[in-house]
Amino acid sequence: MNIVVLVKQVPDTYSERKLNSDGILDREASDAVLDEINERAVEAALQLKEANDGSEVTVLTMGPDRATDAIRKALSMGADKAVHLSDEALAGTDYIGTAKALAKALGKVEGGYDVIFAGNEASDGRGGAIPAMVAELLGIPALTHAQEVSIEGGTVNVTRATDDGITKLTAQLPAVISVNEKINEPRYPSFKGIMAAKKKPVTTLSIADAGIDASEVGLASALSTVTSAAPKPPKSAGEKIEDEGDGGTKIAQFLAAQKLI
Amino acid sequence: MAEVLVLVDHVDGEAKKVTYELLTAAKALGEPAAVVVGPAGTAGKLADGLKAHGAEKIYVAETDSTDFLTPQVDALASLVAAKNPAAVLIGVSADGKEIAGRLAVRTNSALLSDVVGVSASGVSHSIFGGAFTVEATWKGDHPVITVRPGAVEIQESAGAGVEEAVSVSASGVRSATVVSREPIVGGDRPELTEASVVVAGGRGVGSAEDFSVVEALADALGGAVGASRAAVDSGYYPHQFQVGQTGKTVSPQLYIALGISGAIQHRAGMQTSKTIVAVNKDPEAPIFEIADFGVVGDLFKVAPQLTEEINKRKG
Ligand SMILES: Cc1cc2nc3c(=O)[nH]c(=O)nc-3n(C[C@H](O)[C@H](O)[C@H](O)COP(=O)(O)OP(=O)(O)OC[C@H]3O[C@@H](n4cnc5c(N)ncnc54)[C@H](O)[C@@H]3O)c2cc1C
Ligand SMILES: Nc1ncnc2c1ncn2[C@@H]1O[C@H](COP(=O)(O)O)[C@@H](O)[C@H]1O
Repeated sequence: MNIVVLVKQVPDTYSERKLNSDGILDREASDAVLDEINERAVEAALQLKEANDGSEVTVLTMGPDRATDAIRKALSMGADKAVHLSDEALAGTDYIGTAKALAKALGKVEGGYDVIFAGNEASDGRGGAIPAMVAELLGIPALTHAQEVSIEGGTVNVTRATDDGITKLTAQLPAVISVNEKINEPRYPSFKGIMAAKKKPVTTLSIADAGIDASEVGLASALSTVTSAAPKPPKSAGEKIEDEGDGGTKIAQFLAAQKLI
Repeated sequence: MAEVLVLVDHVDGEAKKVTYELLTAAKALGEPAAVVVGPAGTAGKLADGLKAHGAEKIYVAETDSTDFLTPQVDALASLVAAKNPAAVLIGVSADGKEIAGRLAVRTNSALLSDVVGVSASGVSHSIFGGAFTVEATWKGDHPVITVRPGAVEIQESAGAGVEEAVSVSASGVRSATVVSREPIVGGDRPELTEASVVVAGGRGVGSAEDFSVVEALADALGGAVGASRAAVDSGYYPHQFQVGQTGKTVSPQLYIALGISGAIQHRAGMQTSKTIVAVNKDPEAPIFEIADFGVVGDLFKVAPQLTEEINKRKG
């Protein structure tokens, strides 16, 4: 089985995240890591590979040069190879452009795909739509927010868990599956895995290599345009007291003064 | 005036609050036109509410299809083609985001997601948990805009509510099939993202049983219960109540954090709350940096006293 995982490098949420005044993420301001949800997507792919002899796991990312770190992390967990779509022309690409570019790049993955794993939602944008959009572009089903996945023969069954409840979905492969936080605990790369990752093949694609038209991507062709971005002053601390046996009463007095009770 | 399509978010014929928020927001851009997708009879149950909130038209796409989200995308896409609306508004939810993304792909429209304000000149977003405000606009026709629940204040104003059936020809796109659905049964407490008071517990609560302390305070205040990820991961409280970067974003009038340290990822989901109260044993806990009122103390002493005090004032 050919398994592809869409992975994204994101600013580490433990460091402060900033926007430039043009509204584009200031990627230099914070450390960048493989998004935690994508570690779970890689783990799901590796488990599927382990259950199906002769399978191969390819990770695909669209991102700047330094996204290679995220790729290495996925390879050291056990993915077999990687495709890195990287081109100056991609800077400022909007949501639709990203989906189109990923769909094109998926067409270039050697061996094709039976299953495409992704995270349900990236931690930097909270978009939560790229997997469904990529599926729409490829004309294949999207089974999203999977908490459980089972793949047998050519059929995939997913338990989808969202705020609205549990939905059981089924589809025929090929399909896109996005995973939620509860699907699994991602493995730690072993020392051997880290060493092996250094030798695994990483194919870098320009937009021309991927067959992407320059008019479909980049800031200039984005259909949504940021007109301003401003930091909000952070909330500042108010009163802090030590509980001397009357802490609850003091809160009640505060709430009453604020007309909250 | 151009129409603005509003996808009606409903559970078994009952409109969710966000639907009325969308109808209100739509008025800034044009004439609100509600789009109902569901089994036969659904629109009948929704019509009065939609009219009362300004729907001039109600498009009805009745379907028994078990295709996953595809009927919604098909119905909206055919209406976009037929009516050339000023915009399409959809509520932010797991389903809403995917319908919006797929629709934007189909109709080649701009996608503006998770906005907190809509006006004729553009939309506004609140990102990184409220740390930045971003204004944005779009190119091309019929942008697809997803709006965060609770961001728009509902205004009632009657609309004509003229019903029109939409016959949707299936796009033939390969789709996942829905085998079964189990909606979450909401208890008596308000929905977390809609509540005006949220009382949240963290690892400091220490066990599932002791979350009753959090619940008692929430009930005294008529609020919802939330939890930190550490509390959820430790099995103290169910996942759907997680507040933070990978959980819900809440912005209530009052947020009370009990035994929560206030990690940056937790703050990302609650720091836009109007008033924040924190109880924590550790005077250095970062939650105090954003608390309007903080008590350094044991939550098991402070919270029950507060609950009692509130119940006394009510009684
Ligand atoms: C990618 C990513 C995403 C994340 N997403 C989220 C998210 O969505 N939501 C989220 O909450 N976290 C999230 N986290 C986790 C976050 O970093 C913290 O680990 C988590 O918020 C800590 O939860 P806590 O405050 O309950 O626990 P702790 O940090 O352990 O804090 C417990 C607090 O309780 C206090 N305490 C203990 N006993 C008592 C008592 N009897 N009375 C009063 N106080 C007491 C302690 O002093 C301490 O400050 C995420 C992390 C990552 C890496
Ligand atoms: N630039 C990208 N490169 C590869 N995968 C991506 C990219 N952007 C989004 N994805 C995938 O789509 C998932 C959801 O992202 P989003 O829809 O942006 O919230 C991520 O977890 C990734 O699996």
